[in-house]
Amino acid sequence: MQHKSKMAGADGDDSLYPIAVLIDELRNEDVQLRLNSIKKLSTIALALGVERTRTELLPFLTDTIYDEDEVLLALAEQLGNFTMLVGGPEYVHCLLPPLESLATVEETVVRDKAVESLRKISQEHSPVDLEVHFEPLVKRLASGDWFTSRTSACGLFSVCYPRVSSTVKAEIRQHFRTLCSDDTPMVRRAAASKLGEFAKVLELDYVKSDIISLFTALASDEQDSVRLLAVEACVSIATLLPQEDLETLVMPTLRQAAEDKSWRVRYMVADKFSELQKAVGPEITKNDLVPAFQNLLKDCEAEVRAAAANKVKEFCENLPEDSRETIIMTHILPCVKELVSDTNQHVKSALASVIMGLSTILGKDNTVEHLLPLFLAQLKDECPEVRLNIISNLDCVNEVIGIRQLSQSLLPAIVELAEDAKWRVRLAIIEYMPLLAGQLGVEFFDEKLNTLCMAWLIDHVYAIREAATCNLMKLVEKFGAEWAQNTIVPKVLGMANDPNYLHRMTTLFCINALSEVCGQDITTKQMLPVVLKMSNDQVANVRFNVAKSLQKIGPVLDSNALQTEVKPVLEKLDTDTDMDVKYFAQEAISGKYTTLSIFFLYEVASLGPRSLLVVLVLCQTHRSTMCPAECVSQCER
Amino acid sequence: MAGVAGGNDFQWCFSQVKGAIDEDVAEADIISTVEFNHSGEFLATGDKGGRVVIFQHEQEVHFCKNRPHLRGEYNVYSTFQSHEPEFDYLKSLEIEEKINKIRWLPQQNSAHFLLSTNDKTIKLWKISERDKRAEGYNLKDEDGRLRDPFRITSLRVPVLMPMDLMVEASPRRVFANAHTYHINSISVNSDHQTYLSADDLRINLWHLEITDRSFNIVDIKPANMEELTEVITAAECQPNQCNVFVYSSSKGTIRLCDMRAAALCDRHTKFFEEPEDPSSRSFFSEIISSISDVKFSHSGRYMMTRDYLSVKVWDLNMENRPVETYQVHEYLRSKLCSLYENDCIFDKFECCWNGSDSAIMTGSYNNFFRMFDRNTRKDITLEASRESSKPRGTLKPRKVSTGGKRKKDEISVDSLDFNKKILHTAWHPKENVIAVAATNNLYIFQDKIN
Repeated sequence: MQHKSKMAGADGDDSLYPIAVLIDELRNEDVQLRLNSIKKLSTIALALGVERTRTELLPFLTDTIYDEDEVLLALAEQLGNFTMLVGGPEYVHCLLPPLESLATVEETVVRDKAVESLRKISQEHSPVDLEVHFEPLVKRLASGDWFTSRTSACGLFSVCYPRVSSTVKAEIRQHFRTLCSDDTPMVRRAAASKLGEFAKVLELDYVKSDIISLFTALASDEQDSVRLLAVEACVSIATLLPQEDLETLVMPTLRQAAEDKSWRVRYMVADKFSELQKAVGPEITKNDLVPAFQNLLKDCEAEVRAAAANKVKEFCENLPEDSRETIIMTHILPCVKELVSDTNQHVKSALASVIMGLSTILGKDNTVEHLLPLFLAQLKDECPEVRLNIISNLDCVNEVIGIRQLSQSLLPAIVELAEDAKWRVRLAIIEYMPLLAGQLGVEFFDEKLNTLCMAWLIDHVYAIREAATCNLMKLVEKFGAEWAQNTIVPKVLGMANDPNYLHRMTTLFCINALSEVCGQDITTKQMLPVVLKMSNDQVANVRFNVAKSLQKIGPVLDSNALQTEVKPVLEKLDTDTDMDVKYFAQEAISGKYTTLSIFFLYEVASLGPRSLLVVLVLCQTHRSTMCPAECVSQCER
Repeated sequence: MAGVAGGNDFQWCFSQVKGAIDEDVAEADIISTVEFNHSGEFLATGDKGGRVVIFQHEQEVHFCKNRPHLRGEYNVYSTFQSHEPEFDYLKSLEIEEKINKIRWLPQQNSAHFLLSTNDKTIKLWKISERDKRAEGYNLKDEDGRLRDPFRITSLRVPVLMPMDLMVEASPRRVFANAHTYHINSISVNSDHQTYLSADDLRINLWHLEITDRSFNIVDIKPANMEELTEVITAAECQPNQCNVFVYSSSKGTIRLCDMRAAALCDRHTKFFEEPEDPSSRSFFSEIISSISDVKFSHSGRYMMTRDYLSVKVWDLNMENRPVETYQVHEYLRSKLCSLYENDCIFDKFECCWNGSDSAIMTGSYNNFFRMFDRNTRKDITLEASRESSKPRGTLKPRKVSTGGKRKKDEISVDSLDFNKKILHTAWHPKENVIAVAATNNLYIFQDKIN
């Protein structure tokens, strides 16, 4: 038997086995296996040959639309790259039936992918095939019973339009018109979102005659969700039209959208403002968009004001140079001043994230006179996000007027953020410390900010202590090892005698981070003795972190120190009564790193058994997507 | 449809009853919601056991006196477990599996979709049919025996063969973790892409394709819970205008909000409230004025609200009083004290419109349900009971005696069974077919064709 099988194998037949498995697994119970097979569809097709792929595989796939979304999504994607596997461009139309059925499923991602693949293979159709096979498919979808197929059709018009005869073109335009006034809002939304794209492939005359009327109709649709999509189309249409036609064809609709009754439509206008501004050009911007922008900045809905506030810098940058400063000073800045004391914190925070950018546009004098008071007001804002956004953009101002102008107000703001009750706020300000330190210089830093940086090391939230450790490393990179030796190393090492074991561990974490930037001398002479001494700590968590630290700083030390000082201590730890200590001592001795997952668990465990338990429960019962540091910090609170 | 409530055109007759006949009813079998889909071809019920049962209307041709007669029956199409009992470990709270509401989505392809919700979690279900099966494996033969891997000399592509129709219900999306209080309403927006869900204090707006975030559009939770004076009892989207929705409160008022005006709809656009008649004021006034259900008419011009004793129809253009008020069981006004003691006063009766908005229906006690014809102002009381469930038997109108003397055929108020209540009813969107949930039984009645 054995022999016979081998004979058959020698004939080459067993090479079919893996393919046979793949084909059978196309309908395995396990989704993962089906997905796997679909992803290797090209292998199956290659083995079957072009003929059988066309006559057997594709018909089977066409009817397989009952599957899970992820399988269908993979299938829709695969079929977009299948042209060669069905016999080249000559036969590419064989791919249409399965993609057509995928274009009607209810799941948007699958439909979109099917449309994307259809668009792709449309380019591989000859002009004749396009009219014989592809265009009829588009028509079928466009007049389908269910809106899923009609929405899919909207995305296909633009790819076939340029390549068909003028009679067919007329039909396509008619179909698009019909879909723009479809009964279901779903289809009108799809049509509105493809309007701009379709306009681009149309002849200019038809843009003016057809597209503009459709655009106007969609822009005054009864459904908010349709009208707001017309705003996006407005950008593309405006770019297509000659300047002299914009006023009559586009602007009435745009003005109407900017004053729409629905805040969502106005929000869309605000959100797309920079694009609109570029599309309509400088003259219309000056006459129409400036007042419109002012209104959006004063809108009654906070969401709209926030969206507009976000665009302040971009809008000002793109203003025509000759009148830029006048427009900003007389029209925009008064609105901006009001927004600084807005009632809504999201608005203020959006403004704070861009307002600093105005200083480069306005230059030194205007900045000092007009913007500086606003920056200072925002630095004192009650909402921490506003202050943070100002601080995070300090570099823009630094270039124009230098940071010293701000330092008097900056310091209280930083101190307050550094002590904010919300740990995320504290975390955010820590991240800006290296940047601030660079801009303010070492003296200012030592005088005012150093204490803050050290205080974070004993924060009660782990994420903050961790970030503080990392911060020290970046500061040393900036200010150098000598500065470290004088200012921070003594303080860090002092914490090794702290009664709280968490603080003692922070010393170790700091040493892990600092050893490399401080260099061999400081590490060997000052840090190593402390680490070694801590190997006698009564808390096991500290002891195994000693093992980990020794492994970490090992590369910085010379071989003499390693042999005479580190090795004996690790060997001692290897005989520790605690199994975790032993484990990490062995790891350090063998020099191998643990797998990431175990490493993570021990990190968490190092915060105490209760934290570990809570984290595990949280992760398991709620399949938490929070990052470990967040989990832990929340536990501690 | 002038004769809906007892006119001359037609009479209601029994069509079908679903559910067990046993006297002792399992708690899990109690029907908690009934809803027709938009065409009326499907009827869904949810129960306290977290199950959803879908019935399909099957057209059959009967030969009655040698004349073909079109009659349809609703037969079970699909049954599935929508929600399971859960436990909230952080709050030590049990979460019941009971289905509070079902709402069908407008049909988008050959499959059907519905939203079902319990107190906390909303789920989107897809109900689809499959009538083909793939046949032919490479690695095993027709009998399922494995083939020798080395003897595979050719590849077989599976072929789809017809099979018996199979209906599958699959959960498509789960919208969870957005409600702190109990969800009382869900309503699909006319934009076909969003829906709202309301609990006691908040209303959230969801995108049907996004499960990890929803927008809070109404929040009536006071900063200090001791200042809480009212709760949201129901909410619904206007059927034609995507930006308008209403919500009712336990104080008997209805607020209409316009989502165009602001992202947060804390400020209402319209406020519907009928001034209280000081002469009928009592200890129970506030409890019985609480609105248990609000429904827009199909036209979108009117809305109907149900409170404990009455149904009111409001014109959206008139805020100070309803245009029509119908008494459902006024004879209970003298019984409020005992209804308070047995908690019946807190029962949440729902109400519904017929397809042309000309008649309305709502439930009462003793398995009675009421219909009101809006044009003729006639009303009728019918009973959903096993006794009257003879095939195609006409339903006799019931009367409750209100005066001192009880006439023949009348039932005295004292002999009403308050454990038999009809809370959930549904009216076919196009035909005179109604579904009435009586505890664990679903009754389907239709007009008798003369």
